[in-house]
Order: sequence, then C-alpha cells, then structure tokens
Amino acid sequence: MNKIKAFIDQRGLGSFLILAALILVVFPLAMDIFRLNLVGKYLTYGFVAIGLVMCWGYGGVLSLGQGVFFGLGGYAMAMFLKLEASDPISTKIQSTPGIPDFMDWNQLTALPLWWEPFKYLPFALVAVLLVPTLLAFVISFAMFKRRVGGVYFAIITQAVALIMTVLIIGQQGYTGGVNGITDLKTLLGWDIRTNSAKYILYFANALLLLGCIYFCLWVQKSKLGTLLLAMRDKEDRVRFSGYDVSMFKVFAFCLAAMLSAIGGAMFTLQVGFMSPSFVGIVPSIEMVIFAAVGGRMSLIGAVYGALLVNFGKTYFSESFPDLWLFLMASLFIGVVMAFPNGLAGVYTSHVKPWLARRKATQAKSQALAVPPADNPPPASPPPAKEAEVPGLIRAT
Amino acid sequence: MSNTDFVLAVEDLTVSFDGFKAIDALNLYVDKGELRVIIGPNGAGKTTLLDLICGRTAASAGSIKFKNVEMTRLAEYKRVRSGIGRKFQTPSIYENLSVFQNLEVSFPRGRGVFGALAFKCDQEVRDQVQSVANEIGLGELLDMEAGLLSHGQKQWLEIGMLLMQDPELLMLDEPIAGMSARERELTADLLKRICKNRSMIVIEHDMAFVAQIAHKVTVMHQGKILAEGSMEKVQQDPKVIDVYLGH
Amino acid sequence: MAFADMLNIGMMQGFAGLSLFAVLLLMGLGLAIIFGQMGVINMAHGEFMTLGAYTIFLFSTLAESFFPQFTQSYFLVAIVAAFFVAFLAGWCVEWALIRHLYKRPLDTLLATWGVSLGMQQCFRSFIGPKEVSPTLPDWLMGSWSPHEGLDIPINGLFVMALTLVVTGGVLLALYKSRWGLRVRATVANRPMANAIGINTKKTDRMTYAIGCGIAGVAGAAFTTIGSTGPTSGSLYIVDAFLVVTFGGAASLLGTVASAFGIAQMQSISEFFMTGSMAKVLTLMTIVVILMMRPQGLFASKIRH
Repeated sequence: MNKIKAFIDQRGLGSFLILAALILVVFPLAMDIFRLNLVGKYLTYGFVAIGLVMCWGYGGVLSLGQGVFFGLGGYAMAMFLKLEASDPISTKIQSTPGIPDFMDWNQLTALPLWWEPFKYLPFALVAVLLVPTLLAFVISFAMFKRRVGGVYFAIITQAVALIMTVLIIGQQGYTGGVNGITDLKTLLGWDIRTNSAKYILYFANALLLLGCIYFCLWVQKSKLGTLLLAMRDKEDRVRFSGYDVSMFKVFAFCLAAMLSAIGGAMFTLQVGFMSPSFVGIVPSIEMVIFAAVGGRMSLIGAVYGALLVNFGKTYFSESFPDLWLFLMASLFIGVVMAFPNGLAGVYTSHVKPWLARRKATQAKSQALAVPPADNPPPASPPPAKEAEVPGLIRAT
Repeated sequence: MSNTDFVLAVEDLTVSFDGFKAIDALNLYVDKGELRVIIGPNGAGKTTLLDLICGRTAASAGSIKFKNVEMTRLAEYKRVRSGIGRKFQTPSIYENLSVFQNLEVSFPRGRGVFGALAFKCDQEVRDQVQSVANEIGLGELLDMEAGLLSHGQKQWLEIGMLLMQDPELLMLDEPIAGMSARERELTADLLKRICKNRSMIVIEHDMAFVAQIAHKVTVMHQGKILAEGSMEKVQQDPKVIDVYLGH
Repeated sequence: MAFADMLNIGMMQGFAGLSLFAVLLLMGLGLAIIFGQMGVINMAHGEFMTLGAYTIFLFSTLAESFFPQFTQSYFLVAIVAAFFVAFLAGWCVEWALIRHLYKRPLDTLLATWGVSLGMQQCFRSFIGPKEVSPTLPDWLMGSWSPHEGLDIPINGLFVMALTLVVTGGVLLALYKSRWGLRVRATVANRPMANAIGINTKKTDRMTYAIGCGIAGVAGAAFTTIGSTGPTSGSLYIVDAFLVVTFGGAASLLGTVASAFGIAQMQSISEFFMTGSMAKVLTLMTIVVILMMRPQGLFASKIRH
C-alpha cells in the first residue's frame, strides 16, 4: 500500500488520477449525452493543450499554428468518413455518383487522385499521425537548424495557419471550402451519430487523452524532459555538452503536432464534421490560451484550461455574445500579466501552501495524541476549479 | 597542412567582424597533457579564440585540427562529442536543477532525441556523478538546487559537468574570476589534478595563478600571438612588457 | 493593339500592387519600429490601423453633417487626427501593459492579442458590425489617364504620396531627431543608455506610440481603397508581420523593399490565378524563403 502511495507521489500521479476520475466517472454520471458530447469535444482541445505544454512550456517553442495540425488530423479522418458516406447508392442523385457531394457541386467528375488512398482506414489513420508530424518536422527542422526561434518561429507558424485556411477555403472542390467536410455518418459501417456511439467515442477519446498525458509525463521525467528544461535555462551549455539542441526542439514541436492531430481526428469523430474554422489564426491562438490558462508547465492544468475556457465560451457566446470577446481579451491579458503559470501556478503558489498550513494546524492539535505521520496525504484536489476561477475573472 | 602529434593545431585562423579582424592569421599548437594558459589585455581575442575552437563563432579562414581531424566546419555538438569541452566565463549551469541532475545531464550517453528518451540513470552513471562530485568538492551537496550554490561552487560545478564527458581538450575561460583566495587555491589544485590525462587551455588574468598552473603561456594581443613560452621567458619579453605597461 | 492592351493591364495591375504596397509599408513601418527597435510583438497593430480608419470616417461624417464647407478639405486634417488618436491609444496600451512585459516577448504577443480582441469588440459594440466608408473628397476620386486605355486612380496616387511622406518622415526622425538618437541608443545598449541619462522608459513609450500612430495613418490610407469594419485590421496583420521579418527586423530599408516585393508579387500573381491562390503562393514563397534565410533580406550584422 505504501509502495503504491509512493509511486503515485513520485510520478505526480495524484492529480492525474483525479483528472481521470473526473472525466471517466464524474462527467458521464452527471451529464446527459448532449453535454457529455460537448465535453468530449472540449477534451479534443485538451490534446492540443498538452501538446503546447510540451513544446511551449517545456521546449520554449511557442506555436501559433496548432490549428493547422488539429485541422490536418481532423481532415484526414473526415476524408475517410466522407468517402464512406459517399457510396454510389446514397449519392445517386448527384451528376457523378460516388464522389463527395461538395465535389459534385463544384463540377468535379471524378475523385481526385490524392483522395483515393483515404478510402482505406489504415491509411487514413497513418495519415492522421504522420502528415501533420511531417509538416511540423519540415517547418521546425528548417528553422531550428538555423537557430531561428521564439518570436520568428511564432510568426512563421501563424503564417502557415493563414496559408492553410486560405488554401482550404480557396480549393473548395477538393476540400469542401468554407463549410468543410460535413454529413459524416459511419465508421466502417458503425453509425457514429447514435447516442451509444457518442458514449463509446467519448470514452475512447478520454482514455486516449489520458494515455497521451501519461506518455507526456513519462517524457517529462526522462532525460529528454530534463534537457528541455535545461535548454530553457542555458541553451549554450546544453549545446556545448554535446547535444544537438535543435533536434530536441524539433522533437517537442513534432510531438505537439502529433498530439494536436490526434485531437483533430477525435474531434471529427465526435462532432461529425471538420471545417477551416478550426485551422486558422484565431482558433490556433485560442488553443494557446487553453494551455496558458491551465498553466503552460502543467499537463493536467492544460486540460482543465481547455475545459474551462471552452465551457466559458459556450456559455457566454450563447447567453452574452458581446461579452465573450471582452472576456477572452481579459483572459489573454490577465493570464499574461497576473498568472503567467495559469491555474496550475495559482494552485502551487496559493492553494498548496494553504492546504499545508491547514494540515500543519491540524497536526499540531493532534500532535499530543498521535505521532506525526511520515506520509503526506496523497489526494490533492484538482487545481482549484471552483475556488480559483471566479477569482481569476475578478482579478482581470 | 600535414598531420601532427599535437592534440590541437590551429593554423592561419582568422575571423573578421565587419572587416575588424578579431583573430588574425593565428597559429596555436597544444600538446597532449599540456596545460596552456592564454593571457593578454582586454580585447586581445582570447575568448573569441575559444569560441572559434568550440564552434560558437564561425571562422572566416584558416584551420582548426583536433587530433588531426578538421573541426572548422563541424557543428558544435560534434566538436564536443569528439572531445572538446568548453567552460564559459560566467558560470553556466542549470540553476533550477539539482547538482546531481546537472552532472547527470552532462553524462555522455543518450545524446540523441531517442537516446535521451531511453536513458536510464544506472549505477555507472551514479558512480561517475559521485566521483566527479567528490573531485570538485560537491560530493555532499548532490541534492542541492544548483542555483543555491556559491559563485565558486558554481564554477566548480561547471568544470565538473565537463569532467563528466571526460574531454581530451578542456578549455576554461577565466575559471577563478570572482573567487576568494581560498577558492583560488582549491581551483589551482583541481586544475593540476584534472590535467593529468588531458590537455587544457585556460584563459586567466591573475599572474600568480598563472604561474602556479601553467606549463606554457601564450600572450595574445590584437588577435595575434605576441609571445609564447614558459612563464619566466614571457614575463621578460620586451614586447609583452610594452603591451602591458606601454600605451 | 493586343500588346498595348496587355501593357496597360500590366501597368494597372502593377499600380494596384502599389496601393497594397502603400498599406503594407505603412503597417510594416510601425511594426518594424516597435518590433525591430523594442522587440515587442504588437498583435494589436491591425486594430490601431482600424482605429485610424474609423477616425477618418468620424471626420467625414462630422464634415458632412455639420460643416459642409469642409467636405473637400477635412481629409488632410483627419489624417493628422488618425495619427494622434492611434498614438494616444498606443500610449495608453504601453503604459497599461507593454511596459510590464519587456523581458517576455512571447507574452507581449499574447497580451497584445488580447488587446486586439478587446478593441475589435469595442468597434463592434460602439461603432457597429457593419463596414463603413467615409465620403472621400471629390479630388480623390476619378482617375488620371496619361494615354488612352490606361487609367490610374487618383486615390492610389495620393496614397503613394502619403506613404512616401510618412516613410521619409520616419527615416528622418529616426536618424536625425533626438528621439531617433535615443531610440537607437536604447536599442544598442539599454543599461548604458539609462546610465547616460536617457529615460528609456519614456523612449519606449514614445516609440510604441509612434509605431501605433503610423498604423493610424495606414488606416487613413486604407479608407481610400477599401471599407472599414471591426476586423479590417486583422486581415493585414500577418502580412505586415511577414513584411517586417522578410525585410529583416531592425532594417527599415528592408521593410520598404519587402513590402514592395510582397505587394507586387501578390498583385501580379492575381493576374494569373484566383486571388486566394495568389495569396497562398505569395505567403508560401515568403515562408519558404524565410526558412532558407531566416535573417530576412537585409539582416543587420550582429557580433556575438
């Protein structure tokens, strides 16, 4: 028992387990399928947010183009689903049956060659993982090998996001244009629009996210994680200790891209469409704010950040659409000015000491009766969701 | 340029910044096991020379051969891996990591991306960390956060991080700057100990310290070598006296 | 005949490129000053441009409703006003935010993005979501026809002239005025500049505000070629950033050259393909060149 406890403490798994319980047990019990599906959608942004923790928080590489990778992953999945939905029978009213409807509307008479392999699920899945990662590799390898980083890199990734949206919207015959790829129905014959499918996809998504977080935690604990931190402190020292610094940054960026792509693919599956509105400059920079709100150094915090910002967005843009942008603006400014380490930072600097103080007072009152325990209580509450958020908003 | 017995052979090395030649057709040869001290007035190009050798600055012309292998166009990390270690002027350590982690990260295994992912801190690494830490006098402080060390201890830690890689050529830029007299003595002993099986280049201003450690002294002035030889010989060289006392 | 037509179309297309060049250059100049001289990423730059454009609209509306005798002349006054409105807004933003973030360039990027969102929503709430156009004075309308088949719009000529004046003014100010000297000293060595009695904080604020003011003038130029909406500025922000990086930060000459290159490339390729593909091609070319040559066209040589 103590061994397990020590294991949990050592790996920082306490908050991981609480998050797991929250999204695997509490949410499914507390919400109907409509809301749960919404949470599932938010959790797909969690993939992007933990990717940003790895490349921005740990690697020091701010990317303003995560939407590109999210979108590429989502589109690769959507292309497969769209082809499955466009069988000749259900598209028989088109002038060219058997191709996606938007192609028919744009006077295409045959499936473009590069769409062909997306008829096969294994290819589509490989494309989800590899296409965004390769793009990330090309961009980051070219830039980091030439020692370009920081601000320049951010601007280039933003330009890539702009290029990608303009391209998708401009080539509507091949991409579905501004509407995106819609009307997705089945995955290998399994209807993804039913409630039971939504439940299954929610859990698959949640487990995948937890798996990715666990993997990232492992990377952080590895020598590579230490090196990333060391590079942020003294990049030259790492370089002159025999490490090819640029390749570590490339890795961090590629990892972030791949995580975003997984998120995008899961988004398509759960929401049932993909469109350029998740690719461009604005969504990409909003993804940065998920990580910033949750804490750019905290994987778990970043997931809470993605959840909270999106809950807020849904709530406010339904009830007070005018207020939402102001709130978003103050989030950006407030997080940067007052809480550079986000909710996770607030937790470690305020909540944790408070808990420790409380524990100390309790321990003092019991000190006469009981010898002091040598193990700290394992369960720490999630990064202060209820307690801290109103404070955050007030302060901004 | 034929092959030589020297560990380091620098020939006709030149670097110019916008036409200003910081290093001007410089030749420098360092023997195996030699501890060479480079002295010279500010702006003589001492630090730039080290930067060129380790690859921090790109040479405009000339050749740098380490163990008869041409280094001039190699990337920095490749030079390090072939055995060149470089300590910076201000202590350059990872302040947020512990002393142990600082040394562990410098261990020359798992240097690629996937190597680093798979790296395990096994007994070999721990032994090496412990022995280096003992060597630099931080054997008791392995768990301390490096940022909390004193200035002198930080300098030693950085030397220790280099020792982890067991380089054949170790270059130190003003290792005793800002140290107390006691720390200087300890550092001199340390340098004498660690140069037993490697070559070293040390930049230093403190003449007493130089006399204590140097096998051979090179005097640089305006990007060129002014004099070279034993401490006594160099000190009596009229050109050197002129540079230090003249102007 | 056909050749003459082609030539005329080519020239007009090239001239359309010049209008885009003018807006990009004015945007880029302000950004280059702020980014190149201070290292601050001003994501709200587009909104300062929009602010300038709205100022022109305000003056135009005022002139129409209350001072009909000024409908021909208000424009020149309004340009100056556009500069000062954006200048003041920039001054406030620097005071409230930027000065706390000088050591964290990536954070200025996020904070100014917040500012940009806030300003956009302000425009939407207080001015309205619809695009507006000021009534331009008659003398800006029409076109100049040096020979048959070739029409060069006068507003384009005016914008070019305005751009030249502003660019010249900025270069002059940066290299001849006390402010310019202070800015360059601060860029070269901040602690030393402080030590010799330059109030670097004030210099920073002035620099940021002037950069924003120039964006306001860009907005004034913008009203002559397009209508203004809450998000007009954000359409140009990425292009403007690319202008600055492509030109090589800290090199105003590079900014001029790259604004010209980007605008012409965009405009000429629009002749051969759809607008969106022209944009993709232009942006991609710049991105690829920047990957190959990250220091931009005119890198300043730094010893380190």
